Amino acid sequence: MKIYVCVKQIPDPNTVVSKLDPNTKRLVRSGVSLVLDPGDESTISAAIKLRDTVGNSEVTAVSMGPASAQEAMRRALAMGVDRAILVTDPALAGSDALGTARVLAAILQKESPDLVFCSTESTDGYTGMVPGSIAEFLNLPQLTFAREINVEGAKAIIKRVTLTGYQTVECPLPVVVTIASGSFEAIYPTMKGIMGAKKKPFTQLTLADLAIDPSQVGETGARERVATIGKAEARAAGQIIKDDGNSAQAIADFLQRYQLI
Amino acid sequence: MSKTIWVLVEIENGKAARSSLEVLGKAAQLGRAEAIVLGSAAAEVAPTLGEFGAEKVYVHADAIYDNYLTLPAVDTISDLLKQHQPALLMLATTYDLRDIAARLNVRNTMGLITDATDLAFAGDTLQVTVPWGGENVVTATHPQQGSGIVLTRPKAFGVENFAGRNAEIETLSPALNAESQKIKILDRVDVPSEGPALEDASVIVSGGRGLGKADNFHLVEELATSLGGAAGATRAIVDAGWLPYSYQIGQTGKTVKPTLYVACGISGAIQHLAGMKGSKYIIAINKDEHAPIFSVADLGVIGDAITILPQLTQEVKRRKTH
Repeated sequence: MKIYVCVKQIPDPNTVVSKLDPNTKRLVRSGVSLVLDPGDESTISAAIKLRDTVGNSEVTAVSMGPASAQEAMRRALAMGVDRAILVTDPALAGSDALGTARVLAAILQKESPDLVFCSTESTDGYTGMVPGSIAEFLNLPQLTFAREINVEGAKAIIKRVTLTGYQTVECPLPVVVTIASGSFEAIYPTMKGIMGAKKKPFTQLTLADLAIDPSQVGETGARERVATIGKAEARAAGQIIKDDGNSAQAIADFLQRYQLI
Repeated sequence: MSKTIWVLVEIENGKAARSSLEVLGKAAQLGRAEAIVLGSAAAEVAPTLGEFGAEKVYVHADAIYDNYLTLPAVDTISDLLKQHQPALLMLATTYDLRDIAARLNVRNTMGLITDATDLAFAGDTLQVTVPWGGENVVTATHPQQGSGIVLTRPKAFGVENFAGRNAEIETLSPALNAESQKIKILDRVDVPSEGPALEDASVIVSGGRGLGKADNFHLVEELATSLGGAAGATRAIVDAGWLPYSYQIGQTGKTVKPTLYVACGISGAIQHLAGMKGSKYIIAINKDEHAPIFSVADLGVIGDAITILPQLTQEVKRRKTH
């Protein structure tokens, strides 16, 4: 089986406080520590686990991003992904979910996947709109919010997270699957994996390679515009105290003052 | 002329979902609200939508929408969008509606804005408010031509009452495509949780990475129990596998608006703030004095949640019995 995982390099959510650039009105991605989206690590692990269960299968990571995203792809390879494909092009800056999905779908179209995995949403943009958009571009169905995946013959069966529990949902292959955060434990790359990653196939493409019209992607192709970035209505400044061993008292006083206990 | 705004109304247990009614009320304040309701219970739900703001309801009562996810609804709405040109399609952010919105955006080349907390028309231009973290708020717009899609943040609006309004009902008879009957629901399982549901709890105590390890989460649960509330978690610790997804509070996961929210060892990532910023009182305990969570806290304690939590649970219990 040919399994593909769409991944993204993002500002490290554990160390970087996301900022918007007032000029470009985009998320600041330069000068900050960049990592493979931790949600994608879980999704890659789900794909690798399925590959090893099914047998005779390969996992390919695909991404769109600046040259720096090579690092994220190397990490994916070190985790155990077999191949990586990265699309880098200056015209892609400022792409919306539609533009991003258009590019990823163009890669996948050439590859004839059996399964496409995505995280439910990225940890920096959170729109969650790319996976469903890829599915629509490829005219494939989508199985979303999966916390468990099985492939039986030509069908994928997932347990799909709902607000009150889960649904069991099945769908014929090929299909786009999104993985609910936290459903699969991330594989940690070993030294052997890191060394081996350097020898694995890593393809880098431009928009011209995919025959995509640059006006359909990037800021030009985006159907939405950020008009202004303003300050949120601030909550009245709160009281900040340093724990001196009596914080429990101070918090309980607060709770009583506002009749919360 | 007032704008026509469509709202896809989701059915939950045979009734219109509350989240959809919130969106419908907002649409009715912005212009002429028209609802779309699909599913086996659609015919019963449709006439109830007038008093929640709908001037018109498009109905297709067919179990196909209950049994097969996403694709049949996308087909029906996409065709309807080709016959009419509403200014906007609004949807609540739910699991199923997100999937539908993503595909419609591509199929009808619409333009889509997620996580909106407010919308207004300035002349012909739609202005959508999207909070970004604790500090910023972005105003976004759609293209001038064609219909756009806006997904709104849960609980951003209240349910509005339009007493006496009767919606005109139009029954649809779309051609159903067998190719779209692919994503089949085999069964649905509800997993009951103990204590009040997160969405309904008036007190929520939640934990993040600052708790150090999964074994410390019981400290959060114990404080929640002592306050008669529910326990929640950040995406980071759900991602780390400490807790199931049902605990997750944030932009994905659950949006909550309790009277009291106690954030323990939570830095306050945008993802998390989006889900809890509407709480009436926020108490934050975190070791890092620069943590963004303190910018939304009514009371912030710079300290170690692992030490403070057991003391606080004990103190709450003591004061409750005195």
